[in-house]
Amino acid sequence: MQISIRQLSKSYGSVAALNAIDLDIASGELLALLGPSGSGKTTLLRAIAGLEPIDGGRIRFGDIDATELSVQERRVGFVFQHYALFKHMSVLDNITFGLRVRKRKYRPAREEIRRRGEELLKLVQLGGLEARYPNQLSGGQRQRVALARALAIEPRVLLLDEPFGALDAKVRKELRVWLRQLHDETGYTTVFVTHDQEEALELADRVVVMNAGSIEQVDTPEAILRRPATRFVAEFVERDAAGQYTAAHPPPPRTVHERVARAVRVG
Amino acid sequence: MSAVAVGHRRFRSATAEPRAVRWLLIGFTCAFLVVFLLLPLVVVFVQAFAGGIKAYFAALADPDSLSAIWLTLKTAAIAVLLNTLFGVAAAWAVAKFEFRGKDFLVTLIDLPFSVSPVISGMVFILIFGAQTWLGGWLIDHDIRIIFAQTGLVLATVFVTFPFVARELIPLMQAQGSDEEYAALSLGAGGWQTFWHVTLPNIRWGLLYGILLCNARAMGEFGAVSVVSGKIRGASNTMPLHVEVLYQDNKMVAAFAVASLLALLALITLGVKTFLEWRHGDELAALRGR
Repeated sequence: MQISIRQLSKSYGSVAALNAIDLDIASGELLALLGPSGSGKTTLLRAIAGLEPIDGGRIRFGDIDATELSVQERRVGFVFQHYALFKHMSVLDNITFGLRVRKRKYRPAREEIRRRGEELLKLVQLGGLEARYPNQLSGGQRQRVALARALAIEPRVLLLDEPFGALDAKVRKELRVWLRQLHDETGYTTVFVTHDQEEALELADRVVVMNAGSIEQVDTPEAILRRPATRFVAEFVERDAAGQYTAAHPPPPRTVHERVARAVRVG
Repeated sequence: MSAVAVGHRRFRSATAEPRAVRWLLIGFTCAFLVVFLLLPLVVVFVQAFAGGIKAYFAALADPDSLSAIWLTLKTAAIAVLLNTLFGVAAAWAVAKFEFRGKDFLVTLIDLPFSVSPVISGMVFILIFGAQTWLGGWLIDHDIRIIFAQTGLVLATVFVTFPFVARELIPLMQAQGSDEEYAALSLGAGGWQTFWHVTLPNIRWGLLYGILLCNARAMGEFGAVSVVSGKIRGASNTMPLHVEVLYQDNKMVAAFAVASLLALLALITLGVKTFLEWRHGDELAALRGR
């Protein structure tokens, strides 16, 4: 499903969280929203999902104008940073939730729901764990259950908010590779938010670098690294001997002029 | 072995109180609880059975007593139901939405804790009493509120409405809204989300709140006493009936009804302890306040 966003705006009081955002996402693309905290990347993701009311602009899913559609009607698969699994439901019940709450007319038969759930469990490599509860799973397993649950509704688009943020470094790397494979197998249009440039550059087809509610650059990882469009992008993806800049430790502004500009932008 | 023992004696932990202080504190607490809690409870049951088991049950089977028991159960049931609905709605509003005056609303919910129950009873008399315009109109239309069960329910609702809300607000705030959002994004409607996601998440906290609310509703004396008029067999609840019997010098009967109230309290305590033991993790969010 192709997504196009036009002039999307949102502000909290006098602070602009999204500044007339224009963005086109190709069907089947794996897109990363990269930026420091407060850059508006999560707000943009939630706005696409319909979880965040917007002040202006339009969002289109293919031929459908989704701007006025409710969260339910948008049929997006949303994976929350802390998974938001239903604690009191088994893994299978979690995954099939989206099918079970459908109106009777559209609801598959009970056996069919179970079959689909088990199929999805296999897809996320958790076959045999259907009777477990979320608190009996590791972080990486929970993440995969959340993904399977989102996939169960055959979403128009898959949206992931800091999908690896709550995992330790080793699991994070494994899941990253796995997510890329899964994406290539299933072909869902996927947007994920991250503040980790390595994650964005390694995983995504294209990377959207955001800063203070605006898009600084949209490009392939290679182009972002080789030809950063703005100084902000250059500094954000800059690598030095000691390590990498991340959202938690963004590069310091270099000139007084820029420091002022940054302060004004951040508000 | 002996070296360890010697070590213990010589290096007392810096934070530990001297042994004498410790035993004094523990002893004082226990003595206090025995005198002020255990002894009265024992006295209630001893007095209740002072005339033998037959007299005990005869006192409870008295029509006025039965009417008081029945009235208390009915009043508590209605008040608890209303306050459960109110508590869930209020907690939902406070925990899931941002709006102006939220802190003030939370303070208002606590009001019955700080207002004397007698005053809350008086307020209802002032609103619905026969001498007011509204009260006169109600009497003209044969709607009885004061000296009737409606008044008892109103007074009980007022006194007990913080209980469920106060249990749920911190719990729902701690849980956030992500699971609800997840349910919505998966296509669930508002009611489906509430029944399948929100309610199961708060069920033990809710039950805990209902228990406390119920215990208070059944035991309420002050507010109820003002609006009841204490008409025997008509508008007397159990606590009021105990007082009436006591003033009539019917000791066995008074303590028999009192023992029933005490029993209800003990059952509540038992269920509450069980919940805390069984679902401590979830309830921990409540104790943090």
